[in-house]
Amino acid sequence: MAISVNGTDIPVPDDPRVSLLDLLRERAHLTGTKVGCNQGACGACTVLLDGERVLSCLTLAVQADGRSVTTIEGLGDGAALHPMQQAFIDHDGFQCGYCTPGQICAAVAMLRELQGGVPSYVTADLAGQGTVTAEEIRERMSGNLCRCGAHNGIVEAILQVAKEQAA
Amino acid sequence: MSRVQNAVIGSVKTVLGWMPERWLPGGTPDPLIGRHGEVGRQASRLDGPQKVQGKARFAAEVAMEGMCYATLINSPITRGRIARLDTAAAEAAPGVVLVLTHRNMPRLEIVPVMSISNMGAVGNSALPILQDDQIRYNGQVIALVLAETQEQADHAATLVEIGYEQAPARTRFEEAKANARTPASILTEKNQVSVGDAPRELQQAPYSVDNLYRTPGHNHAAIELHAVTTAWDGDALTLHDATQAIAPTANALAKLFGVRREGVRVLSPFVGGGFGGKAFWDHQVVAIAAARIAARPVRLMLSREAVCRMIGGRTPTEQRVALAADAAGKFTAVVHTGFSVMPTYAVCPEQYSLGSRAAYRSKTYQFGQRHLDLDVVPNTYMRGPGESVGSFAMESAVDELAHQMGIDPIELRRRNEPETHPLSGTAFSQRGVLEAYRMGAERFGWDQRSAAPGTRREGEWLTGMGCATGSFPYVRMPAGAVRIHLTQGGQATVSCSAQDMGMGTSTVQSQHAADRLGLPLEAITFEMGDSDLPPAPMAGGSAQTVSIAAAIAAAADKLTGELLRMAGNASPVAGLRAGEVRLVGGELVSLEDPARRDSFHAILSRAGRETVTVTASASAPLEMLKFAMQSMSAIFCEARVSAVTGEVRVTRLLGSFDCGTILNPKTAASQFRGGMIMGLGMALTEETLFDERSGRIMNASLADYHIPAHLDVPDIEVIWTGIPDPRSPLGARGIGEVGITGVAAAIANAVFNATGKRVRDLPLTLDKLL
Ligand code: FES
Ligand code: FES
Repeated sequence: MAISVNGTDIPVPDDPRVSLLDLLRERAHLTGTKVGCNQGACGACTVLLDGERVLSCLTLAVQADGRSVTTIEGLGDGAALHPMQQAFIDHDGFQCGYCTPGQICAAVAMLRELQGGVPSYVTADLAGQGTVTAEEIRERMSGNLCRCGAHNGIVEAILQVAKEQAA
Repeated sequence: MSRVQNAVIGSVKTVLGWMPERWLPGGTPDPLIGRHGEVGRQASRLDGPQKVQGKARFAAEVAMEGMCYATLINSPITRGRIARLDTAAAEAAPGVVLVLTHRNMPRLEIVPVMSISNMGAVGNSALPILQDDQIRYNGQVIALVLAETQEQADHAATLVEIGYEQAPARTRFEEAKANARTPASILTEKNQVSVGDAPRELQQAPYSVDNLYRTPGHNHAAIELHAVTTAWDGDALTLHDATQAIAPTANALAKLFGVRREGVRVLSPFVGGGFGGKAFWDHQVVAIAAARIAARPVRLMLSREAVCRMIGGRTPTEQRVALAADAAGKFTAVVHTGFSVMPTYAVCPEQYSLGSRAAYRSKTYQFGQRHLDLDVVPNTYMRGPGESVGSFAMESAVDELAHQMGIDPIELRRRNEPETHPLSGTAFSQRGVLEAYRMGAERFGWDQRSAAPGTRREGEWLTGMGCATGSFPYVRMPAGAVRIHLTQGGQATVSCSAQDMGMGTSTVQSQHAADRLGLPLEAITFEMGDSDLPPAPMAGGSAQTVSIAAAIAAAADKLTGELLRMAGNASPVAGLRAGEVRLVGGELVSLEDPARRDSFHAILSRAGRETVTVTASASAPLEMLKFAMQSMSAIFCEARVSAVTGEVRVTRLLGSFDCGTILNPKTAASQFRGGMIMGLGMALTEETLFDERSGRIMNASLADYHIPAHLDVPDIEVIWTGIPDPRSPLGARGIGEVGITGVAAAIANAVFNATGKRVRDLPLTLDKLL
């Protein structure tokens, strides 16, 4: 009975009320995952569960039992920044930095969804290959709120990473 | 603010009027203006790597041995008293450490309310905190439950049994008008001002508009929730807080809890967005009291609902703007009056009429604000207080008048541009709003706008363009100190208790210090976010950057004096005074004869010193009294409105700013955009829904209070004049708040241009356009 967090096993908490978010922040002291609402409205708590983005505030820790969680702390490889992290710095995709870990985790998973052909509300050709456009990114990232207003920089950062991946 | 205060400020202004300009700080422009160095460079944020890796440590993220977790209970009624209170079940629940109510709360004084001239006055509310059984507004804190885990605390809070005795409450805006207060002052300005006979001009003028504009309450909605992690060690208190006011909070807490100031330490190196909302409220006090009684470290993070209900936001307003113009389009009357809610225990008068007083030349004027007293959470400052909502009213009215007269709205503004401050006649330090309009119009393609509304249509979408002026006054805070510690190796550490909520404080001040001290950026370390450092004023009024810059300049002068003194008689710079040298390339260099120079390293070595440390305070901000100073903008918007659903889509938004020197184009552009996006939210979606029957806020969540999401935000273009202000440190003026101003009006004006429908009630929701 354990949850693999960034490659390290963490025991499942005794108290079934503990959310994955609180497990990470309060028990594993991985405070890179943020909390803005605790009710699924802001996206600040986004982490990757078996590679897919989830809101950790709406995920009970017990639901992650036997699965693997990647948080912002586990995104880069050791010393080097993940390309998405670097792109956020290059394009000033944040100000206070509080929504940022959630935006970055969501962006990484979102590009995989898009490139994997999962359509969105703004996708014209539902059967087609996903095309990375600013419009697609805006639609798919709308669950991650940013009050500082770093939206333009975030979209540019994601476009840059998508371009690098395609190259 | 009082009549006395008006008199004092008036007399200071009069005295200063007699002084030659060069006596004033800022009278001789800052020598760094126009020098090419680190300032003005596109530096990435120095704290960027920490933030993108989740390593930036926020207030609720500090681990402490033996820490327990708190939950608050907020009043569900608006007015009355707690008639019955049973905490036994909660106290018996697993893991519960303490239930704190008015019964066992220590008796505390009222925290002095916020003031820019008193570094210990920081309160947002003049109400007692958990001192009695009285309920004064819906959402008021009535208990705190402390337990070993958050889950246990949250559960136990549901077990506290409370019975209320309700009393009649004042909750209705319209009804409160009968008892409106007319304050003598709005901040430091005289409230009611009347020049000439504005009502008569309004009646006689060939052109006039006279309308009411309404704006709802707004919520700061910073993504980080308000939070503290706090612990006592005997009489020493540590508070990790999410605050915009580090030093004032430490001062206030020492006084409130009756302990030595040196024993109180407030840390807040990162704040996850503030916008005016992260100052001193009830939660800090109850958490600290609980930590003291329980003798355990305490973490308290408010729920989103609690943030909405117990941290005040921007107050609702109803404003009247009337304008009259003669046949030549010259204003003959400018009237801006209105009502806003401000309980007697709140601090922020929502100064919506102040911007209008500095905006246009006119033959007559009439200004005045009245406050309504309701039983609500005390309202407070929120990004662009006053001007954000005031500019919506004034700049909509200008557009309405331009339409009535059949002239271009930019041209109408140009014809009424004042040469000096319209009311006081004071000279502007620098004012380039017309240049901002010229640049903006050209870049935006304003000439493509069709003057006749409702004439551009593609399919179901009607398209229009609008513009508006934004403005926010220049403020430099009167207090604040900085310490500079210079090593023989040429490394400098600059320290003060400044705050960063995302403005890039450490980045920009490091750039500044590098230029000021003549050192490379890598040689500078900027320390902040800790009340043990020399006190910086609170981050507010868009004032932090220039306030700290002035303190750094003062400390650099003092350091120069120290180095000259240490240099001794054998030095090539011997005999020179601080004003006669500049610091460049790690050396003191004579201004007159650049061959005379001596390096920091050589001076310190000769003096047998490893380091030198100086602390200095900024000069008094007298430039604010001598000159009329404000940041300004010209905002341009293109909006589409669906003729079928009434939905509004902002397709293009451009801000052209006139804010003095731009210190870091990369972070500045982000800050301008951030303000404009908050303006976009204000225009289209943001509204605190208040139930006038119950006195309760109905949309206390991020699901129901709608801030702009990615799909709402187009690419936003930001440009600036970059003309330095000769009267301010570095030639800079504030940029944190001006971005939000003017935006809602520009959008409403574009919507009018698209549809021919004038909406004077924010937000511009579809029901108002069908
Ligand atoms: S904290 Fe999970 S969505 Fe806001
Ligand atoms: S960077 Fe502050 S909320 Fe997004």
